Amino acid sequence: MRKTSLNAIHQELDAQLIEFAGYEMPVKYSSINEEHLTVRESVGMFDLSHMGEFHLAGPGAVTFVDGLVTNDVAALEPGQILYTPMCYPDGGIVDDLLVYRLGDDELMLVVNASNIEKDWAWVEEHLPAEGVTAENRSYQTTLVAVQGPGAEKVLSAVTELDLSGLAFYAWTRGTVAGIDDVLVSRTGYTGEDGFEIYLPDEGGPALWRALWPHNVEAGGRAIGLGARDTLRLEMKYALYGNDIDKTTNPLEAGLKWTVKLDKGDFIGRESLLEVKRNKVSRKLICFEMLDRGIARHGAPCHDDDGAEIGAVTSGTMSPSLGKPIGLAYLKRGHTKSGREFHVEIRGKLRRAVVVKPPFYKEGSRK
Amino acid sequence: MSYPDDRKYADSHEWVLAEGETALIGISAYAAGELGELVYIELPEVGEEIEVGAEFGVVESVKAASDLVAPVSGEIVEVNDAAVDEPKTVNDDPYDAGWLVRVRLSDPGELDDLHNAGSYEEMIGED
Repeated sequence: MRKTSLNAIHQELDAQLIEFAGYEMPVKYSSINEEHLTVRESVGMFDLSHMGEFHLAGPGAVTFVDGLVTNDVAALEPGQILYTPMCYPDGGIVDDLLVYRLGDDELMLVVNASNIEKDWAWVEEHLPAEGVTAENRSYQTTLVAVQGPGAEKVLSAVTELDLSGLAFYAWTRGTVAGIDDVLVSRTGYTGEDGFEIYLPDEGGPALWRALWPHNVEAGGRAIGLGARDTLRLEMKYALYGNDIDKTTNPLEAGLKWTVKLDKGDFIGRESLLEVKRNKVSRKLICFEMLDRGIARHGAPCHDDDGAEIGAVTSGTMSPSLGKPIGLAYLKRGHTKSGREFHVEIRGKLRRAVVVKPPFYKEGSRK
Repeated sequence: MSYPDDRKYADSHEWVLAEGETALIGISAYAAGELGELVYIELPEVGEEIEVGAEFGVVESVKAASDLVAPVSGEIVEVNDAAVDEPKTVNDDPYDAGWLVRVRLSDPGELDDLHNAGSYEEMIGED
């Protein structure tokens, strides 16, 4: 099992460690609920070093990546970041990722930990014979996220970088905690203001230890993958492997805003044009339970006549709302907010209702 | 973690405290700790029958759902609504305030098939 550069720190903090995507990762340090609410109310620090980072450079890099993903990479200025799905020719999703434009001819792709090897093979398979070099730095890179309304205060205690001037989905680079050339972006997966900090593994522990006292002083905690999941779910941020995968396309997943069918050719464009012409057959919707019960991944959904109309992809007890929430793909015609349906939980049909995203509306996200 | 020796324990981590013809059922401190903070509990209604070895409810944390398996057979005569309303009670006080149901025992002999505190502790030590 791989360990991140912060593994010893997790042990010191008495984390409950689990295997996730081949890494030993903290699922929680105290309680998922407490960690979740701490990020909503103040601030928390996450080790996300399991995520993958690919660096692409060369005169053909931007054109190459633009042809791999659905969003418009060519329109991205150096200093900016975008979120995008990457599709198969049939429109199914290889992965969802962040693209950082590091320079005119330089990009960084940040991919899901569980997809690093698959994505890397996909990139290599499509890499042109010349004009682009690609490097997989996933296993040498530490990623620390600081998320919550107090994030800027915590991070600004250890860097002179102009954080207040850093826009959402923009990055900057400089000295952080005495370490040179650290990449800092105003991004996250929580719905709160926050930063993601990338640096070589050697500096990981020093960065964490420099941030930690400021995090604690701001009322912060260390946050595990358990709360990361509930935080993202309250925002309807899709999780690869749960809500999106090779059998789902970005249009039905509610990611239409990331699919630029007019930007020029990219892998999956023809299929997605076809999906658009025929309208999607199902949609990923948000729901709340009306009857008691927590609907989990895979739970079948039925209409009033008992016909199966879809299935749950994610579900939990929302720590912020105090009620069970979830995401489900439902057939067209059943997806309007306010519409009721039934979820089968342990053999019993229970009422649920489609609601508008996000579940949590008070986030501090800039 | 403590395992009071006034009661019996099942392989599936429920405890049974016999009090005359009825018995209280809950889950052990070990089970509560493994699950983490409980956020949802579903129990049978008063009058329903539960059968030893069969699922009779569920306890859920944010991450996971875990079936409750009946350690004894009987009719439900009381349900701990306070624990259903505030599932964390089970984490905070699994042996007292965090009890789940009271059953009228249909076969008190089933109690003999359960662990005492010592052998239960031994069993989870081997986990």
